[in-house]
Amino acid sequence: MWKVLVLMGAALTALSGCAFEKVQPWDRDLLAQDKMQLVPFPLDNFYDEHINFSKEAASGGQGVGGGGCGCN
Amino acid sequence: MKLLTYFGILLASLGTVSVPAAVNEPAANFTLPTDQGTIELNKLQGQVVYLDFWASWCSPCRKSFPWMNAMQSRYGKDGLTIIAVNLDKEKDLAVKFLAEVPTQVTVAYDPEGKVAAQYQLMGMPTSFLIDRQGTIHRTHIGFRDTDKQALEADIQHLLKQ
Repeated sequence: MWKVLVLMGAALTALSGCAFEKVQPWDRDLLAQDKMQLVPFPLDNFYDEHINFSKEAASGGQGVGGGGCGCN
Repeated sequence: MKLLTYFGILLASLGTVSVPAAVNEPAANFTLPTDQGTIELNKLQGQVVYLDFWASWCSPCRKSFPWMNAMQSRYGKDGLTIIAVNLDKEKDLAVKFLAEVPTQVTVAYDPEGKVAAQYQLMGMPTSFLIDRQGTIHRTHIGFRDTDKQALEADIQHLLKQ
């Protein structure tokens, strides 16, 4: 009984990761920083996506246009 | 079934339950650095203390400073002390803010948020109005123009006690 409980507890803690760590109101400035964004450098990302789209025959392109030659 | 109950309790206890500093409870003591030495809350007993937590990135905080300046100059002689606790991680940001928004109230610095954690702030800015006995009389989250009157009335009420 207790073994199961302990195991469940351990599993739960491990699975939750940092999800229980609440972001405090006074720490929100850290989350808003550029380095915390999913895409910290939008322009860099734009060019990377463009190259990936045009050179690798990748589909999608995430809103990145072609090279202007009509050939992607 | 019993196991499920235990599991439920475990689940509930995992979520950190934060209890904010509450009205009618004694305000927790702290010592913080200011531009003029350190400040200790307990040493201000006998004064009405308006304890405000702010940061440079918080726009309602910016709005509250002119009001706090006005309150300090209007009621300072009657025994009101306003402490504005800055929660910026980098002091430069606070210094820059204070250059733009000059203030006459006491600015204390809590870059690690220790006192903020002690008082369990629920938002920015949060203020606590503490009476002459050191008991929290009112807590207030945010700052809107419409709040000013009620806050001032409360300050006047406490100063008369």
